[in-house]
Amino acid sequence: METGYSDIKRIVATDCGSTTTKAILIEKKGEFYRLIKRGEAPTTVEAPVENVTKGVINAVGELEELTDIKFLNEKQEFIKPQENDKEGTDIYISTSSAGGGLQMMVAGVVKSMTAESAERAALGAGAIVMDIIATNDTRPIHEKIEIIRHLRPDMILLSGGTDGGTIKHVVELAEIIKAANPKARLGISYQLPVIYAGNTAARENIKETLKATALQVTDNIRPTLERENLMPARLMIQELFLEHVMAHAPGYKTLMEWTDVDIMPTPGAVGLIMQTIAKQKKIDIVGVDIGGATTDIFSVFGNIFNRTVSANLGMSYSISEVFAEAGADNIMRWLPFHPDLKDIRNRIKNKMIRPTTIPQTLEELLIEQALAREALRLAFIQHKSLAVGLKGVQQQRTISDAFSQKTSGQTLIDMFKLDMLVGSGGVLSHSPRRQQAALMMIDAFAPIGITDLTVDSIFMMPQLGVLSQVNEKAATDVFEKDCLIYLGTSVAPFGNLKKGIKPVLEVDIEFPDGKRKTEKINYGEIVIYPLGAGETAKATIKPLQGFNMGAGNNKPIEATLNGGVVGIIIDTRGRPFNINLNDEQRKEKIVKWYKAMNLYPTDEFEKITGR
Amino acid sequence: MGQAYTPGLKVSKYTLIEKERLLPIKGKTLVEKGDEVKPFDIVASAELPGNVYIIKVAGKMGILPAEMEKFLLVKEGDDIKQEQVLAEKKSLFGLIRDTVKSPINGIVESISTVTGQCVLRMQPQPINVLAYIGGIVKEVIPEEGVIIKTKGSFIQGIFGLGGERMGNLKVIVSGPEKSAKTDDLSDDLKDKIIVAGSHTDYHFIKKAMAIGVKGIITAGIDDADIKALLGYEIGVAITGNEKIPLSIVVTEGFGMINMAKQTFELLRSLDGKFVSINGATQIRAGVIRPEIIATDLNYSDEHIKAPEYFLEKGKNIRIIRNPYFGEIAKVVSLPSKLQKLESEAMVRVVEVELENGDKVIVPRANVEIIEG
Repeated sequence: METGYSDIKRIVATDCGSTTTKAILIEKKGEFYRLIKRGEAPTTVEAPVENVTKGVINAVGELEELTDIKFLNEKQEFIKPQENDKEGTDIYISTSSAGGGLQMMVAGVVKSMTAESAERAALGAGAIVMDIIATNDTRPIHEKIEIIRHLRPDMILLSGGTDGGTIKHVVELAEIIKAANPKARLGISYQLPVIYAGNTAARENIKETLKATALQVTDNIRPTLERENLMPARLMIQELFLEHVMAHAPGYKTLMEWTDVDIMPTPGAVGLIMQTIAKQKKIDIVGVDIGGATTDIFSVFGNIFNRTVSANLGMSYSISEVFAEAGADNIMRWLPFHPDLKDIRNRIKNKMIRPTTIPQTLEELLIEQALAREALRLAFIQHKSLAVGLKGVQQQRTISDAFSQKTSGQTLIDMFKLDMLVGSGGVLSHSPRRQQAALMMIDAFAPIGITDLTVDSIFMMPQLGVLSQVNEKAATDVFEKDCLIYLGTSVAPFGNLKKGIKPVLEVDIEFPDGKRKTEKINYGEIVIYPLGAGETAKATIKPLQGFNMGAGNNKPIEATLNGGVVGIIIDTRGRPFNINLNDEQRKEKIVKWYKAMNLYPTDEFEKITGR
Repeated sequence: MGQAYTPGLKVSKYTLIEKERLLPIKGKTLVEKGDEVKPFDIVASAELPGNVYIIKVAGKMGILPAEMEKFLLVKEGDDIKQEQVLAEKKSLFGLIRDTVKSPINGIVESISTVTGQCVLRMQPQPINVLAYIGGIVKEVIPEEGVIIKTKGSFIQGIFGLGGERMGNLKVIVSGPEKSAKTDDLSDDLKDKIIVAGSHTDYHFIKKAMAIGVKGIITAGIDDADIKALLGYEIGVAITGNEKIPLSIVVTEGFGMINMAKQTFELLRSLDGKFVSINGATQIRAGVIRPEIIATDLNYSDEHIKAPEYFLEKGKNIRIIRNPYFGEIAKVVSLPSKLQKLESEAMVRVVEVELENGDKVIVPRANVEIIEG
């Protein structure tokens, strides 16, 4: 990547999130780059400040206070390069998802083919997809026009047709866009960027039809039915994001002048880091970044990268949407007490309108973590439905036949194959006990078989993502040594018992100190075996009662289990995992599991649960 | 650390107010820089393009798109009437006629011989932007709108429903801790904007609507009542377009909460005056808070104070999260070291004195300054 920054000694990086602006300081100490300190402040895209740079200055101000180093001069500009131990930084870089991030509409001819490829291209570039227009979606044309007009996206990605194929349908889509005459979200006086990434034979017609927009043309995202080519469209989306969208958001012009390299959309930067982990460790991973407004899920299975964003699932701005989408019962089932629905509703709305507040009491923390479980669970369902193989291939059909095809590609997410779950975002990275992050991820993602659990220590993956573009060594050093925290390994067999409590798993674990543990574990339990970070244990795990660890029903597997701050987590609660609010033993079970994980301070927890 | 950045809601008796009054699409402005405007004056107007209908002419007539021009009876830019024949194909020596008719009154916007489609557009609809507040036109943004500058009282709410409404203010409770009951609503409150105190419920709002009240200002409201009122859940805090006949401005939050004394006293001082309110709320992507504005160009500039965003010893704050949600307090100290909360989170805190004299520790993130 970039080499002009190979000698840097000090780096200040910020991530302007929708709720909080996070600043980190990285310094080269001997051979390695290390995280030194972190500061944060509320993001300031809102009135009365309405300037993102104020939040950056405040977050960097906190860094200054904590490190006793001056990064900003009297004019509140970065002092660059580093002048001495107490002044300046060599570079300043930033990511951003403030101001609603990048909001796009995509259009494609066939909903399950080019439109879906366009959606994947937009999501992979870090966008929120507001709507998908397809020739064969069931809405009447005037309704599609009305939606484009009403939603005011930052950008539209238009695709459709394989190269050299029929041009009629994609030009029809262009005519719909033209008829809608869409206006950009930020400011009415600049032209809306439209990217055309469809049939190359239709380019001239598209240019003629969309001459009133800021049209950019790039390679077809689906040059043939069997091939998806997302990268050129993704790069163009990111370029236009900086040129058109960011330049119109409050304060961004100045922020763009401050940064030494282009500002990246936060999800784009996190996606880079996730792909780096998968590549370096040669593993299949699922990563999540749960923010205030959105929840992003990333996956790499067999080198195929996918990202989805659940634009309305988040822990602050969108918390009420989590409640609406999941339903009250699904939220309340995770609580170890019987809550008053009216009170819960008001608390959630209060968090929505004052998104930067944090839980002071244990009860508030329990409610937030219940909501987080549901946000993660719902976001993962969405991800599984989009991270699929290409649809419409290997079939002797023409595009027009495919209009009516109902078959869909299979999801690429194979929970047995999943090697590592990576959690990021405030509610996971800042949970007061790491056990809480571990169980939230297990409850939401329901990993099967053997799965490593990790979290971003202090939520700095976005900054490391953009840093990897500047100085890969610095990003890797900090990622390995300061960012990725191993929580431990989840061991969970697939299967459920209809009734009764019987052993469903027999474990034989050999710990690094030579000690052995051989135990049968009953159905419906969580059992923890401490195993420190960096340690490994050899295990033979035999599923019973028709349960499956990946080798087949009742077939044993041998595995090396990684340790972490929590340890080995044996979870025999069953897969698919479900807990029902109306289950009479629900509260009892929840209390038992939370206590087994040592999730919360005992005295306060017993005060709330009465046991 | 002696201070910390903590923005809060603005509650100002005297302040400078600027309002952008912009069109959603380009149009024309109707006032000049320096003009004095009144709330109901139209300051800008535009014509919203009519809805579009796309007619697949070639497909309907069974012809190729390239042949379509031969059969068309209209051209781009033509005015058309509903049921007017747009294209006609005669066959069998003119005995059989295939026709395509217009479903609307409007114009032919475009014709494509690539797709075989005609794009028809209905007549444009006029949209007007009102001044909303009385004041002076500070700036005209050509084709887009104007910025109006004024002086007066300004109160920001935390959440609201409904758009811009204007009327005379009526305080119908005796104190910030009191909540108005349905019996307090009488017919003479028609067209008024009422201050209902600490809490408002579904039945109260329904009765106010029936009477013709234009706006309700309340400290608290229950989320369940909003759902009952609108018939759907508010998912994200983007409001202002609800189809309800009045606007609601919530000053403190959800639940049963006393109105901040300062807010109530300011509203009481405005009793009987003309106010403009807007319930529109957007807590993401360019935040919009609901507002109450009472303009008075006669205020002297010397009363106007700059807003304060820093938490300092002695500052009045509002606690915005449990267990002290809604309480008003005074900053005692700002310890610089992180402290452990009951939830075990390690955070920066502020020590405050509640109105009952108790001193408590709360996270700095859970307080907001009451701006004066």
